[in-house]
Amino acid sequence: MSNSFDESRAISRLKHILPTQSPLKDFIHHNTLHGFQEKKFLAGIREASQILGYKVSLRLDMYRDLFGDGKISEKILDRVLTETKGLDQLSVWKKKLIQAQYNQHLPPRIGSLRAAWKRDYGVDLDSLVHPILFRILCSFLDQGIAIWGFPDKDLGFLQAIRELERNSHSSFFRTKRAKQLLISSRVSIKELLRILVGEDESLYEHYLFDQQFAHQGWSGMVSVVEDHPITLLDTRKISLRELILFELLLEIDALDYRFKGGWKPLSESLTHRPQALFSDIEFTELHEVLSLWQVAYEWSYYDPVLKGIGAAIDLPKKSRDVTFQAFFCIDDRECSFRRHIETLDSRCETLGTPGFFGMEFFFQPQGGKFYSKLCPAPVTPKHLVREYESCKELERDLHFTKHSHNFFTGWLISQTLGFWSAFKLFLNIFKPSLSPATASSFRHMDTTASLTIENKNPNNRENGMQIGFSIDEMADRLEALFKSTGLIDPFAKLVYFFGHGSTSTNNPHYAAYDCGACGGRAGSVNARVAAYAANHPQVRELLAKRGLPIPEEAKFVGGLHDTTRDEVIFFDEDLLSPTQASLHSANKKIFDAALSLNAKERARRFPTVNIHQPAEKIHEQVRIRSVSLFEPRPELNHASNALCIIGRRALTKHLFLDRRAFLNSFDYRIDPDGKYLLNILKAATNVCGGINLEYFFSRVDVQKLGAGSKLPHNVMGLFGVANGIDGDLRPGLPRQMIEIHDPIRLMMVVEHLPEIVLSTIRKDADTYQWFIKEWINLVAIHPETHQMFLFKEGDFTEYQPITEHLSFITDMDQFIESSTENLPICLLKSA
Amino acid sequence: MNLGLLIFIVIPLLSFFISIAIPERKETALSYNSYFFNGVHLVLSQLYFFYFLFGKHASVTSPKLWIFEAQGFEFFLSFGFDKITAVYLFVGSILTFLVTVYSRYYLHREPGYKRFFNTIQFFYLGYNIVIFASNLETMFIGWEIIGISSFLLVAFYRNRYLPVKNAVKIFSLYRVGDVGFIMAMWMAHHLFQGSMTFQQLGDLSILNEHLKSHTWTGVFISVMILISAWVKSGQFPFCSWMPRAMEGPTPSSAIFYGSLSVNIGVFLMLRTFPFWEHQFSVRVLIGVMGMVTTLITTGIARVQSSIKSQVAYASLAQIGLIFIEVALGFENLALFHFAGNAFLRTYQLLVSPSVVSYMIREQFYNFSPREKTIEDYFPKKIRNTLYILCMKEWNLDTLMYEYWWNPLKRVGNKLNFLTLKKALLFFISVYVIGLVFLFHQQVLSTTTHLYLPYLFSAIGVVTVLKSFAERQHARLAWTLAVMNHFWIALAISFNEPLELKEATTYLLGVGVAGIIGHACLQRIKTLEGSVDLDQFHGHSFKRPMFALVFLLCCLGVSGFPITLSFVGEDLIFSHIRQDQTWLAGCTALSIIVDGLAIIRIYARVFLGPHAKSVYEMAYRSS
Repeated sequence: MSNSFDESRAISRLKHILPTQSPLKDFIHHNTLHGFQEKKFLAGIREASQILGYKVSLRLDMYRDLFGDGKISEKILDRVLTETKGLDQLSVWKKKLIQAQYNQHLPPRIGSLRAAWKRDYGVDLDSLVHPILFRILCSFLDQGIAIWGFPDKDLGFLQAIRELERNSHSSFFRTKRAKQLLISSRVSIKELLRILVGEDESLYEHYLFDQQFAHQGWSGMVSVVEDHPITLLDTRKISLRELILFELLLEIDALDYRFKGGWKPLSESLTHRPQALFSDIEFTELHEVLSLWQVAYEWSYYDPVLKGIGAAIDLPKKSRDVTFQAFFCIDDRECSFRRHIETLDSRCETLGTPGFFGMEFFFQPQGGKFYSKLCPAPVTPKHLVREYESCKELERDLHFTKHSHNFFTGWLISQTLGFWSAFKLFLNIFKPSLSPATASSFRHMDTTASLTIENKNPNNRENGMQIGFSIDEMADRLEALFKSTGLIDPFAKLVYFFGHGSTSTNNPHYAAYDCGACGGRAGSVNARVAAYAANHPQVRELLAKRGLPIPEEAKFVGGLHDTTRDEVIFFDEDLLSPTQASLHSANKKIFDAALSLNAKERARRFPTVNIHQPAEKIHEQVRIRSVSLFEPRPELNHASNALCIIGRRALTKHLFLDRRAFLNSFDYRIDPDGKYLLNILKAATNVCGGINLEYFFSRVDVQKLGAGSKLPHNVMGLFGVANGIDGDLRPGLPRQMIEIHDPIRLMMVVEHLPEIVLSTIRKDADTYQWFIKEWINLVAIHPETHQMFLFKEGDFTEYQPITEHLSFITDMDQFIESSTENLPICLLKSA
Repeated sequence: MNLGLLIFIVIPLLSFFISIAIPERKETALSYNSYFFNGVHLVLSQLYFFYFLFGKHASVTSPKLWIFEAQGFEFFLSFGFDKITAVYLFVGSILTFLVTVYSRYYLHREPGYKRFFNTIQFFYLGYNIVIFASNLETMFIGWEIIGISSFLLVAFYRNRYLPVKNAVKIFSLYRVGDVGFIMAMWMAHHLFQGSMTFQQLGDLSILNEHLKSHTWTGVFISVMILISAWVKSGQFPFCSWMPRAMEGPTPSSAIFYGSLSVNIGVFLMLRTFPFWEHQFSVRVLIGVMGMVTTLITTGIARVQSSIKSQVAYASLAQIGLIFIEVALGFENLALFHFAGNAFLRTYQLLVSPSVVSYMIREQFYNFSPREKTIEDYFPKKIRNTLYILCMKEWNLDTLMYEYWWNPLKRVGNKLNFLTLKKALLFFISVYVIGLVFLFHQQVLSTTTHLYLPYLFSAIGVVTVLKSFAERQHARLAWTLAVMNHFWIALAISFNEPLELKEATTYLLGVGVAGIIGHACLQRIKTLEGSVDLDQFHGHSFKRPMFALVFLLCCLGVSGFPITLSFVGEDLIFSHIRQDQTWLAGCTALSIIVDGLAIIRIYARVFLGPHAKSVYEMAYRSS
């Protein structure tokens, strides 16, 4: 690091590692430590830990407990140690792992410079500056909680405050200097740092890191809003630079106020220089021990999985009389639902693909003033789908009215509505039901309304977007969808597209429960659009020309699976012919039965539900959870996710994967050179890798990387949560979402020739980085020989599972009732 | 029948003890215990409420229950039931039951499940004592129980910095309210020559006879009562603690700061209404301050951008109006308003997490970028000034620091020259001299004799200030806090002859708690290394048992009203004459600061983020 201070470089470095969580309504999973992703996983997380003080793995005693409980296998541990340390060092290291005592208390580097204010000056700067700073930030960004909004907010953050200060008898500042510096409007960060820190510019960047990471939640939010202003519906102009300037001014103000007679800059009274933030990290033996434990922990899980996948039996040739086919999202929550459907109807076929079904667009519900993006986060759609002829009305609940906060209307409301509240609370507790406060996936789109899906005139545009898709565009998307998932022939009489969403009440993180591939929203519109396209005769004509003949009697039906309530709805059922309708109603019975079984399988994780009951009874309780005000765990989302399997269903159909796998259908025979595979991998690494790592880090440090317990959360400005009223924003996942998660990296299994997989991942630098830097583990399965190859240091080497045999599940009900913990990989009896 | 009232106290008491006895892991047993007892309490309450409402029954009072007598001093517990109790019981039992049921699921798997239910039951016990109490002494017991359970619930997440900081802040303000209460009790004691029940207050002739010759005494008592009511109900200028108390799990915030706890101040005013009914100036004061509170908090509520602080300030504004209604003598309206407001705010807080999905949806469909509010029509300079003031909560939070906490610290810091050894040497030798004189009072001149109580009482204040400002030695601070009570006893002994029985009542509990507390600190220091007071150590994380025992010792030493030392404290005050306001003030101050010093030791040693970074600990700012 050079000694002179470069403002823009410092800010861009800050932005690189600050949390990048969007406002709550756009909650999308991502790698929490994305700022360290250019390093190898184990080294990167240690670096993050030493610099920023995060916990990045389980505690040593927790690994030892897992080993004691047999959850880390001794054989695997021995193998990991032998491979990394050599056979002769095995016993030495094993002893270290199991017994040695280490000093685990390592103070982080962050904060070491600014700590001098407290240590040498006796002033607690944070407690003087944070409350007012957070309050101003929150009021400025507020999306609609405050009744009286920030004056002149359109001017941008700093300018709005300047305007306020200029025309006012009161001030946020308590002394003159800072106020004048603000109003003079030409101050730079560097000048302010000179006042605070002194002449030594080499300390400036460290100071800014210390300052911003003392409230990483707010800084991260400002940084996100700066880069993606439209993530707030009511947009704001703000930048991290403005935040830093303002905070520096508040600090000067606090010091001027405290030391009326003046004070010396920080560097002049500094007795010893703190270690530079990004200087080399020292790796201790403890780090190595923890890393070895982590790897052994992961492989204790992966190994039996690979054993199971290796035991796949070649499926018989596809039979011609498939009852139906159903597309589901790649989401791990659909894994068990698919298994139950297949068990109940052995002649059906299920497929997995990202839940937007290749249909990327903005959606505008009728009466909506904004567009919602319904596709994966990195994509920017060029199409708009509108809803019309909806007869749905916005439901209201007077309890959210702001009138109750004014004194006269409040006086009336409290004496009238107040008594109604008691009654409502009573109902809500003893008989929970859907209310306007519930976030429900079924409300995302009015099923009876029409959509502008087809574009007949390319000039029909709005705000730079084309309204609907042309025939060609629909055909392109479907071709890609069918070829990438391997469904080319034969098509069954009914083919379903199931989007998914969720229902929860009293849950600020509701967007995290919906479909990540649909931008954190329910996938209903996408499913309906895909079905419409596939039913379109002209689209079918085009597809037939491209080698995808869809028989006339085949019909596509869009649907939505609510993963919290385990319910499905279907769209445009009135378009079915009488024969199709009767087939459809037979299928519905299967879905309903599968949903109850699925609900029961999920419920084994809820200790408040008695699992020894018939599935339908449990299903009812599961439904009630979703609308209960007092239920912080309506569902457990992606907790326990650990696998992503890209290949034919035959690889996994015989396995009990315990809802831990993302399943993406893919047939290597249709894609011999990996063209579609590349697109699948691009999406899967980002989506599944992001989900997996966000769960991983929120689990290992729920306080600094996760959001802590959600019970005390307070909603800030509708975009974030904090504890209490003047705390930092809490990005990451709350404890209630991650407590049953095992922190294990994702293992991606791809069914294709290793050389093709290798050449495919090398085609895209971003995708390749996930694997070569080991943030995701990768295994290729040879489609014919079922040999397995592990990707390591840029190459595939053959892998032999140690696990000798897997047990069979004889009675599924009994098996599910047996434990609330993760269940082992098992073989299904029917296979 | 009159004794039957006790069932309303006994049920929560029983449930509290059972809750304590149930092991930590037994979530179901813990929640069923609260569920069952609060359910029974609810049913009985509602039955009794309607029996009372429709039967047009007169108020009832229980006989004196537990009496401590010593030379003309009488301390007794007594309970009663009337319309005010009825409404508070009606609302309290419904809300507590609903929140109990709510929390059974909501807190599932939360570390501290047991602690939560213990505290809720403890709170409910205090609440019932307050609303059934028929004299100030009995009410004060409940009052303090509510205070301490409030502290415990704010600091529920005891290993994060902000909850602990806010809990200590709230406790310190509560102590201000306690001064009011203690002083009111002291003066009332002299006024009525003994303790008096609220029912007797209603008897105009007795009251007028007493007040006729003591106008100022009457006003003094009223103002003291009013101060404690203001603090508890977050009225101006004590507003800012209320939103900051929203640190615990949402249901606890809902029941405490949304509804029951904040309305206890209103209750106190309703209860003492007959006493100040004819003091016009007091009524004006109540009304004006209620108006000020309403205006200011409405403004603050309007600019809040976080949901809980918005509901909190809006609720305070309504309570301000209730105070006005009380001042105007509209008792029924005030009770009705209280009930409606309590239900509404509890519900609003409980559904507050839903605000995101609800409001975002509403914004999505109904957004208009330039919605005008009334303030847009103000002149710009006025508008901006008001906006900044509301954002800064009219500096009310900083004022509390500048005029209460910091001055105490500053004075305490002046005593830094007193090192551990010097302090102990000085205090012990002076104390011994004091004792010698006590037994040979005849050698003292009359004037000296007159001033000695003041001197010793002042030394007591110095002792606690030193204890409060101590930054290093926890055990020294503890010892000083314990010693304070001995100074008080000594000072009073010079004032009026003190019987041995009285002195023992006062000092025995303090002494025992002091010794055990000291041993706790000693042991923690040996086990964990440091217990210095310049930072939070968070030892409760690894040593919850020590934390509990020490907390009990803290209660013992600070004269918490369930201990004998509380009766002793009351007794001590009865030996301060009516005209000795300064001595009473000094003694009250030292007891108050004593409480602060003790809770600070507890917070620093046992609460806050765990000092070693082996465990996941939240950022200081979160």
